[in-house]
Amino acid sequence: MNDSIIEITNVTKSFGGVVANRNVSLSVPRGRITGLIGPNGSGKTTLFNSIVGYHPIDSGSIRFEGQEISQLRVQEIARLGLLRTFQTTRIYGKMSCLQNMQISIPHRKAGFFDMFAYERPDVVERAEHLLSFVGLYEKRFLRAGSLSFGQQKLLEFAMALMNEPTVLLLDEPTAGINPTLINGLIDRLKRANAEFGITMLIIEHNMRVIMNMASKIYCLAHGEMLAAGAPEEIQGNQNVVDAYLGVH
Amino acid sequence: MTRTSLHPVTIGLLLLVGVAAPLLFPAYTNQIAVLWLMIVFASTWDILGGQMGYNSLGNIFFFGAGMYTCAVVQIGLYYDVGMYTSGARTTHIAFTTAQYFTGFAIGTVAAGIVAAVLAVATSWIVFGLRGPYFAIGTLGVAVAGAELVASWQWVGAASGISMPVFPGGPQTQKLFFYFLLFALAFVVLLFLRWLYSTNFGMAINAIRDDEEKAEAMGLYTRRYKRTAWTIAAFFLGIAGAIFGNMTGFIDARDIAFPTTTFNIFMILMVLLGGKGTFWGPVVGAVIFHVIKEVTWTYFLGWQFVALGLLIVIIVVYFQQGIVGWLMEKYPDRFGVRVAPKEREVRSRAIELAPHAEGAE
Amino acid sequence: MEQVLGNLSVLVGMPIFNLGLLIDGLLVGSIFALAAYGLALVWGVMNVKNLAQGDFIMIGGYITWTLGRYGIDPLLGVPVAAVVLWGVGWILYRTVISKVITRDLFTSLLATFGIAIVIQQGLNLAFGPDTQSATSDLPTLSFADGLITIASTRIVGFAFAIMLAVGVILFMRKGRMGQAIRATAQDARAARVLGIDTEKVYSFTFCLNAAICGAAGALVAVVWNVQPFMGTTYSIRLFVIVTAAGFGNLPGVIAAGFGMGVFEQFGGFILGAEYQQALIVLLLLAVLAVRQLQQLRVRQAVQ
Repeated sequence: MNDSIIEITNVTKSFGGVVANRNVSLSVPRGRITGLIGPNGSGKTTLFNSIVGYHPIDSGSIRFEGQEISQLRVQEIARLGLLRTFQTTRIYGKMSCLQNMQISIPHRKAGFFDMFAYERPDVVERAEHLLSFVGLYEKRFLRAGSLSFGQQKLLEFAMALMNEPTVLLLDEPTAGINPTLINGLIDRLKRANAEFGITMLIIEHNMRVIMNMASKIYCLAHGEMLAAGAPEEIQGNQNVVDAYLGVH
Repeated sequence: MTRTSLHPVTIGLLLLVGVAAPLLFPAYTNQIAVLWLMIVFASTWDILGGQMGYNSLGNIFFFGAGMYTCAVVQIGLYYDVGMYTSGARTTHIAFTTAQYFTGFAIGTVAAGIVAAVLAVATSWIVFGLRGPYFAIGTLGVAVAGAELVASWQWVGAASGISMPVFPGGPQTQKLFFYFLLFALAFVVLLFLRWLYSTNFGMAINAIRDDEEKAEAMGLYTRRYKRTAWTIAAFFLGIAGAIFGNMTGFIDARDIAFPTTTFNIFMILMVLLGGKGTFWGPVVGAVIFHVIKEVTWTYFLGWQFVALGLLIVIIVVYFQQGIVGWLMEKYPDRFGVRVAPKEREVRSRAIELAPHAEGAE
Repeated sequence: MEQVLGNLSVLVGMPIFNLGLLIDGLLVGSIFALAAYGLALVWGVMNVKNLAQGDFIMIGGYITWTLGRYGIDPLLGVPVAAVVLWGVGWILYRTVISKVITRDLFTSLLATFGIAIVIQQGLNLAFGPDTQSATSDLPTLSFADGLITIASTRIVGFAFAIMLAVGVILFMRKGRMGQAIRATAQDARAARVLGIDTEKVYSFTFCLNAAICGAAGALVAVVWNVQPFMGTTYSIRLFVIVTAAGFGNLPGVIAAGFGMGVFEQFGGFILGAEYQQALIVLLLLAVLAVRQLQQLRVRQAVQ
């Protein structure tokens, strides 16, 4: 596990008396898709939020490309190239899809005067390319808020790609999406991983989806890491099955 | 490309109206001058309130700060400020024409700069705050400014400052200040049109729509917010410097930092015209100012009660404003006006997208 | 500056003065705590930040003052002001608040700001801009050879404030309506599902808050004075108190109310009365700044 891009060691996070994550350790290998599963309330989203800097952790360490990030704030982490999408889709509702894309360019090296930069043709071109990648090219001038939920989800994904992240954290990318569209989404996620070389950590409830994509899967239950391994191992792991069925 | 400046015809019309107004209605020169000031107020308030979704109740702070800065510079260049403002003056005070204009020019520039610096300084206090806390925090900044200046002996405390007298006849004076305020409003409109066409406009729109998302995407949100606040402050500071000299007498609570008049007018005009639209604030300012000037004297002391009621009514029943309402009602009309070419459509989208929050 | 140092040396040199200021501060603070409780109630239950809170207090004060001019003891003004303000609150709720309650927060803030302006200007037209005070015939008590003087109106006011606060807290704990209010504050939708008429709860909460302000205002008129434009200062004070304590933390709100009273007495004594307003506003900014620093540690913004 030498080439892991995110290295989480013994992270504990509690809200008041409730321990949401206890001594969780996890590592995300570079260039792969890693899955994070677990029953509702097992602390998956909490772990996500800890990684992206949404709240502080009580103890442990989170390293991104060797750099400790558990003290950094959301924007700083995002600018390092570690990006997340939201479980409840979030886009800029009153702007057009294209604008949503244009404002999502990476801001890592943005200087003061970049604030007043004009629209760049190469940015527009890239935005349009990515919009067609997710199948929203036709709708690029529409108000993003008027898109359907599934389309907004695709837009959010395209915005994330626009940002050229090193690692993408996806919180339930298929939740609420019409089942017939799921295959298309899986395909796009895989292509983004293969073509753009983006490492992914995905929270997913849909077992078929995650087993299909991930090369390694972690399973959380009651805030603790229950099992880790290749999809086949997880599928055969009795503890995991019990956790989902509530045998405890 | 998005349009980076106003249409030449619009610019021409603006200039025409600006120049013709005092010639056509010489009796109302001062009122029209204040109208340009109101447009500056509304348009600069809309940078934060409309385009960025940060509703400030304290923009007037920079107007007052600019006014006092200019006064202090104008006086301080030639006299001792403490002596000038004290009731018991010992020296005869007079400014030559050269002294007046030198002081005024330097003072105005200083006013803009000081207001901008104060904006950067206060941004550390107010921009960790969101929503209602931001509104209350900025109101706090404005009231604090008023109270501190009102109890500061050196700048005349509660008795204010009589500004240097304009060296020229009353007619020249009127026109001089009229054209200054008109020029300021004109520059503000051109500048904002350019500003909204750059990345900046998109970024502050993104902050308005979902700041948390913008943060999660790595946008330097603080930097945008601080810059927006500073830009508004800079123009308000200059406006304060000009207006202070125009009225000839300044005082902290009623003229420089009037939290319940000018400060509220700004918000009211923007809400009336349409938050987050380019022309909304201008339309709102014109309508509000004309109605106010026409009806004000008929209220016989009840003006401010009426003002308060107007706020409540607009806020409760008509929040998207005139331009916002038109866009909601006839989105196609706004579309038809622009050629259906792709590039043009995009620029229309920029104007269409921003809407009063809660409008949906 | 010398004056400030002089005042400070008085405090250091004569510790008994401190005691006097402290007692005065606590007595006055009880009124702040009462009104702040009302603000926190509306804030927490309805998510409306009432910028007209201080002006409600002023209405209550003027009612008491008017009664006093007709020879009615101002302390009787407390119940009268509470009842009248209940009515005012009801009218405002029906006409304005009920329409903005579901909208974004700035809408309700601005609407209440508009109400505040109407009240201020209305009071100004009705009573003029002068500072007024309702006088009671109660004597002023002196202790420690006249170094500590306490107007007994303040003690009576304190007693009233405590009684009212205890009454309201008991009502919120035990009363049927109080329980419904707390349920609505926790989760309005769940409360609606369980058959609580949240509309009625909101209306009641707003009226209750107005009545509390009325009573507090009556006490303010007795122990202090009223002036049409003083309402804003009270609103800011109450916001400082509630923001410092957090609106969900009612014991904290009451403690902060007392703290505010003491702070103002000392601040006013040391710096001089003319800086009192500035002092309150600066305290607001300081509290907001501190809250931000706290939030920074948990990587969040104050919202």
